[in-house]
Amino acid sequence: MDHVRVIGLVIGGTALLSLPLGAWMKLAMDPASGGATRWTTLFARIGGTCEEQGWKRYLVAMLIFNAIMFTVTFAILALQHWLPLNPDGKGSLDPTLVFNTAASFTTNTNLQHYSGEVSMSYLSQLAGLMWLQFVSAATGIAALAALARGIAGRATLGNFLVDVQRASFLVLLPVALVVAVLMVLMGVPMTLQGSAVITTLEGVTQTIARGPVAAFLTIKQLGTNGGGFFGPNATHPLENPSFWTNGLAMIAIMLIPMACVWMFGGILGRRKHAAVIFAVMTLFILVKITGSVSFETAPTPAFADLPVAADVGNLEGKELRFGATGGPLWAVLTTSTSNGSVGAMHDSLNPLTGLMPMAGMWLNATFGGVGVGMINMFLYIVVAVFVAGMMVGRTPEYLGHRIEAKEVRLAVLALFAHAVLILGGTALFAATSLGQSTVQETGAHGFSEILYEFTSAAANNGSGFEGLGDGTWAWNIATGVVMLLGRFLPIILTLAIVGSLMTKRRAAESVGTLGVEDATFGIMLGITIVIFGALTFLPAAALGPIAEHFARP
Amino acid sequence: MNDIISGLRVTAATMAICVAGYTAVILGFAQVVTPATANGSLILGDDGTARGSRLIAQGFTAPGYVWPRPSAVAYDAAGAGGSNLSPANPLLAERARALIAAYGGNTTPIPADLVTASGAGLDPHISRAGALFQAPRVAAARDVAPAAVRAIIDRLAERPGGAFTPDRIVNVLELNIALDAELARSSDTE
Repeated sequence: MDHVRVIGLVIGGTALLSLPLGAWMKLAMDPASGGATRWTTLFARIGGTCEEQGWKRYLVAMLIFNAIMFTVTFAILALQHWLPLNPDGKGSLDPTLVFNTAASFTTNTNLQHYSGEVSMSYLSQLAGLMWLQFVSAATGIAALAALARGIAGRATLGNFLVDVQRASFLVLLPVALVVAVLMVLMGVPMTLQGSAVITTLEGVTQTIARGPVAAFLTIKQLGTNGGGFFGPNATHPLENPSFWTNGLAMIAIMLIPMACVWMFGGILGRRKHAAVIFAVMTLFILVKITGSVSFETAPTPAFADLPVAADVGNLEGKELRFGATGGPLWAVLTTSTSNGSVGAMHDSLNPLTGLMPMAGMWLNATFGGVGVGMINMFLYIVVAVFVAGMMVGRTPEYLGHRIEAKEVRLAVLALFAHAVLILGGTALFAATSLGQSTVQETGAHGFSEILYEFTSAAANNGSGFEGLGDGTWAWNIATGVVMLLGRFLPIILTLAIVGSLMTKRRAAESVGTLGVEDATFGIMLGITIVIFGALTFLPAAALGPIAEHFARP
Repeated sequence: MNDIISGLRVTAATMAICVAGYTAVILGFAQVVTPATANGSLILGDDGTARGSRLIAQGFTAPGYVWPRPSAVAYDAAGAGGSNLSPANPLLAERARALIAAYGGNTTPIPADLVTASGAGLDPHISRAGALFQAPRVAAARDVAPAAVRAIIDRLAERPGGAFTPDRIVNVLELNIALDAELARSSDTE
């Protein structure tokens, strides 16, 4: 019962908040031609560009800006030991780690093969990583706005650099200011002083790392970034001091991905369609939460024969102040949204609980990352519309756009690439010493560690089964490449689909057109997601978490 | 080329506003409005020196103090982390066995939080049950009645999420500071 109240508050509360935010995001990202032009003029002047771009120009501008993001952060990280704002004197970083980290934050993944308080200077954290947490999230929102404009039948997709500024300054920044102030008021540290060195009551010296945490963690959550200021992320008491900061953080994780669905519907002018998509996504997330929370009430299996009280579930890797729901609920939210911050150690979750985060990342569209979650959902929609059209023997249409072989091929390619990146990488590392020598445990759990790492990289999530020794050059390079492909392939292919749709004449909608605003469409979409997204990974799940569950004594 | 120049201009603008501006606003707000928590929730002693952070566990081992949850990183607050062991891993059972022995090898079941490491290894809390479990040892070491220790535990125990969390927890450092202040005989038992 306590679980239901917490889950209801977080999911229901965020869903309610997402409505006004989604409406605002529509206004900010896609102002009607008459309104809000003052901002557009300002952003055009800052960027020195206001051309209306077709899909190829829009894509090129995006890729160039993302290349700059990567390069700037790469330089800051590589040179951090010579740069200012380094009160604890952090040293230089391994080059493959710099590559991995720059790729990770550019792609909105925030996979971390380092521990923040050990390795990173304050400048690296703020100007390198936190900057990317803003602009990589803004890139996702911009891409979604462009997609929606194309489907809505506009002549162009807009201007990328104007869009990225709208997303940064009008969407992310105001929400971040509000949430960060609340985090500060709830006791999260925000200081540029170096570590505090204290003497404990028993006379031992303890060094307490701290820093500008509140600002960092806020945009980390809002932008579905997930990279922690501290190594153990949101389990760290200074990054997440109380039950209430934990609740606010969970709302922040879900808020913008949810609002993105409403923004998509707003730009299309099809709110009911957005509501159906929202309902399907919510259903998936509730199923995963139910599984996660109930599997985690089982006590720690290792204590079966010991005199340990078994009334509170599995507490390994969990914080007491978040209550019994906090850890497993967070695990689902952070992986359903491509966030990747952790509120409990995923490696220590019960095996079937650990399957829920993986399933979230395999689907990667319920609700998915900021902007890109809805983009992934669009790929599923294309496939669902095509399959539905074939079943009833009509030319498949989506909002008047004919979905033909070319579009479906591109959509399936994007969905297929996700599976290949995960399963191919896992196969390579599980079969060779590249992965075998880095797992903490042999057998099914070790396989899960490798599977989880590639899943997290391909889904641009960033969480991990952290028992894995992922600080090797092989992991740094492999996951770095997977993150880049996992980020940009779906965006490129989706914009190509839109570009293709835009060249065709739109059919008028008639009674024969497949409706996208009713339960039939929702069910069709749900089935497509299960078949394409989940079944692909069932064999891998059977070798990892499921085998581990049944292997227990 | 124009794309690069435009991209660099937007880079400068976002750096200035989203990094420098945003950080400065939140930093200024925090240092003015909530300086104590903004600098790490340090607990200051009578002489003004910090005795710890109320959010960071200390590795208490003396019998007169209540002990925290085990830590996979030996309470290193400059390099935090969890065990990341799978929940069926025999190493967990081994660690639990050693802890049960250290707690006196009672046959009464030990509260699970006392034998499980937290995510960051710095969990400042234990369950109320976990504190009460230790009350007899603490009381014996301080040569006081267990009821006196239990009374302090019950006074400091709180529900972290109010009505959302039925189980009460205690902040170990604050509890031990209270024990020292109120059951002053501890100094000669350490």
